[in-house]
Amino acid sequence: MFYSLGKYILLLRLSFKKPEKFSVYWSEVMREMVSIGIGSLGIISIISVFIGAVATIQTAFQLVSDFIPKTVVGGITRDSTILEFSPTISALVLAGRVGSSIASEIGTMRVTEQIDALEIMGVNAPGYLISPKIIAGVTMVPLLVIVSVVLGLTGGYIAVFASSDVSTADYLTGLSDGFNPVIVTVCGIKAIVYGFVITSICAYQGFYTEGGSLEVGQSATRGVVYSCVMILFMDLIISRMLL
Amino acid sequence: MIEVKDIYKTFGENEVLKGISAKFKAGKNNLIIGGSGSGKTTLLKCIVGLHEPTKGQVFFDEQNFTEMNFTERVPIRTEIGMLFQNSALFDSMTVEENLMFPLNLFTDKTKAEKLERANFCLERVNLVGSNKLYPAELSGGMKKRVGIARAISMQPKYLFVDEPNSGLDPKTSILIDELISDLTEEYKITTVIVTHDMNSVMGIGDHIIFLHQGKKWWEGSNKEIAHTDNAELNEFVFASKFMQAAKDKI
Repeated sequence: MFYSLGKYILLLRLSFKKPEKFSVYWSEVMREMVSIGIGSLGIISIISVFIGAVATIQTAFQLVSDFIPKTVVGGITRDSTILEFSPTISALVLAGRVGSSIASEIGTMRVTEQIDALEIMGVNAPGYLISPKIIAGVTMVPLLVIVSVVLGLTGGYIAVFASSDVSTADYLTGLSDGFNPVIVTVCGIKAIVYGFVITSICAYQGFYTEGGSLEVGQSATRGVVYSCVMILFMDLIISRMLL
Repeated sequence: MIEVKDIYKTFGENEVLKGISAKFKAGKNNLIIGGSGSGKTTLLKCIVGLHEPTKGQVFFDEQNFTEMNFTERVPIRTEIGMLFQNSALFDSMTVEENLMFPLNLFTDKTKAEKLERANFCLERVNLVGSNKLYPAELSGGMKKRVGIARAISMQPKYLFVDEPNSGLDPKTSILIDELISDLTEEYKITTVIVTHDMNSVMGIGDHIIFLHQGKKWWEGSNKEIAHTDNAELNEFVFASKFMQAAKDKI
C-alpha cells in the first residue's frame, strides 16, 4: 500500500512539472474540459432531477405531522442536496463515467506503446497526459455540481408541484429559510476534492497498466472502485472537519 | 555513433541481457537479430531509455545517456526517431496531427512550416493525401509508413526501429526495408533495427549484431553472415529450407 502511495505521489509530482510548451498543454486542458464537463452534463442532469424529486418526496413522507411546518421539507431537501446528494452522488456517477474513460484511455496508450512514443520524443508523458485531466477535473466537477444542485432543487419543486403533500409556496419558502452559506462552501470543497480524486486515481491506474486489453479493463475497474471508496472517505473527512 | 558498454538488464530473477557491448555505426543500418527471448527489444529499449539498464552505459556521440536525468536527455531525445512494432500512432490524432505533434512541442516553426514539413514527410513515405485519416483507417503497411514519417519529422540523427516487418506481407516488408535504408543513406542517420526477418538481414544489414541467450554472439555484415561457422547463428539464419537452399547456392 505504501509503495503504491509513493508511486502515486511521484506520478503527481511528475505530472505538474513545467510543460514543454504551454500552448499545446492548454489545448489539451480545453479538450479535457469539454470531455468531462459537456460530456457528463446529460447524465448529471438526469440523476440530479430524480434525486431532488425523490429526496423531497421521502422527506415529506417522513415529516407528516401537524407539529412540523411544511416549509421544513424545502429546507431539508436544500441542505441534503447541497451537502450530500449533488456533490457525492454526482462524483460517484462521474467516477464511473469519467474515471473509467480516463483509466482505459491512458491504459490503452500504455499497452499500445503510445506512452513510450511520447517519452522517446522527450515529452513528459505524465505531464502531457495527466495534468490536463486533473485541471479539467477540479474545474469542471464543481461546475457540474452547481448544475446538479440547481436541477436537484428543481426536481424537488416538480415533485411537490405534482403532489398535494406540500405546497409549492411552502417548498420555496423552505428553500430560503434558515439558509447557512457554509454548506455552499463545503459543497464546493467537496466537488474540487472529488474532481481531483477521480482524475488522479484513474489516471494513475491507467498509467501503470501492464499487459493487454484484459489488464486495461482491470485498470479501469480498479480506478472506479478506488475512486468511489476515496470519494466516500473524503466525504467523511470533509464533513467532519468543516461541519 | 551509438555505443553500449557492458549492458545488463534484469527483470526480477530473470537476467535478460548479460553484459552486451557494441558500437552502432554512424550513417548505417545496424541490425540486432536473434531468436525470440534473446533480448533484442530489451537492448533497444535500454538504448533509447525506455528501460534503465541494471548495469552498464549507453553513449550517444560519447555523451553518457545512462547518467542523464529526464531533462538532460531531452536534447538527445529530440534527435531520436523511433518506429514501434505496432507503430504506436496516437489514436486520437489524424495522420497530419501525429506528424506535427513533435514539431508543435519542440520547434518554433509557424503552422504553415509545420504543415509543409508534415506533407514532405508523407510524400517521402508515399502517403500523399492521407493527412486527415485516423490511424484506425489505415492498413498495417500504411501505419508503419506513417510511423516512419513521424519518426523522421524532426530530422533525427538516430532512428530506432522495432520489428518493422511484423504483420506485413513480404512485398510490403521489402518496401518498408527499402524505405528505411534509403532514409538512412539519404539523411546519414544512424539506424538501429531489431528484426528476425531474414530478408531484412540479407537486404539492408550493413552491420549485424546477433544476440543469443542475452549475450552478443556474433557481429558482422550481411556479406559475412553467409560464410560464418558460428553454429547458433547458422541455426538461426538458415533455419528455413528456403534459406538453406539459398546458402547452398552461395
